[in-house]
Amino acid sequence: MIPDLGRYAVAVLSSYGATLALVAAVIALTLWQGRRVKRQLAEVEARQGKAKTDG
Amino acid sequence: MSVWEYANPKRFMQVSRRVLPLVVGLTVVSLVTGLVWGFFFTPDDFRQGSTVKIIFLHVPTAMMAINAWVMMLVASLIWLIRRHHVSALAAKAAAPVGLTFTLIALLTGAFWGQPMWGTWWAWDPRLTAFLILALFYLGYIALWQAVEDPDTAADLTAVLCMVGSVFAVLSRYAVKFWNQGLHQDSTILKVGEKDPIDVAYYVPLVVCIVGFVLLFVALVLMRTRTEIRARRLSALLARERLA
Repeated sequence: MIPDLGRYAVAVLSSYGATLALVAAVIALTLWQGRRVKRQLAEVEARQGKAKTDG
Repeated sequence: MSVWEYANPKRFMQVSRRVLPLVVGLTVVSLVTGLVWGFFFTPDDFRQGSTVKIIFLHVPTAMMAINAWVMMLVASLIWLIRRHHVSALAAKAAAPVGLTFTLIALLTGAFWGQPMWGTWWAWDPRLTAFLILALFYLGYIALWQAVEDPDTAADLTAVLCMVGSVFAVLSRYAVKFWNQGLHQDSTILKVGEKDPIDVAYYVPLVVCIVGFVLLFVALVLMRTRTEIRARRLSALLARERLA
């Protein structure tokens, strides 16, 4: 499945591994912050009887 | 219809909600296609061996590290000139994404440099300018966190962004300006010229570049939506405290 990367396998796989880990981390952080703020805003809007910010 | 309509937070939320699913879908398709093509279906380079596969990560993320800062600069200037809050929040939202791309470019560059140059790092003009750009990203994010008043934070970070733009430009053109160091000049714009990038790498590389551009757009849209909500949340909480 994985192509033969020869003597550079560590360099190539480390690059892909580090990239995927960092991209996954920024996506996870974005989604987590988004959900947290959305939930908090919905609670406050419901408490104050305000219309929702967005659809 | 004027483009400034999108500077209205409510309008931005409506439009971004409709656009996001399409951008996310195109991001997944282009990134998976480009990376799978690049990793599994490209041949080894006659000189660099399999390390050439790092190009599909290093080049798009390095480009986006610089372009993200340029986007932040434009948004900051719009904030300073027209005082549109969405533009300031979009610049704030882009910074962590730009920092991530900068770190990926630095890391993949080190992983590529070690077997090809014999060193993980060199104080080469381009590498040094890129490291300083990463530090500017950190400073920019820290400044937003450090200043309590959001408008003051937007003003100060906009000025920092303008200063940092010098290093964004330097990291792009350092090789041309100083004409020295280990890092080569760009080859992807040299198709048709002497010593270009081979088409076997060029096409999947372009697909990866499109994928990383779309990933940036998707993340910035999501993060800007969160920043708009957070701003409304703090306004409502402040009103609640005063009542």
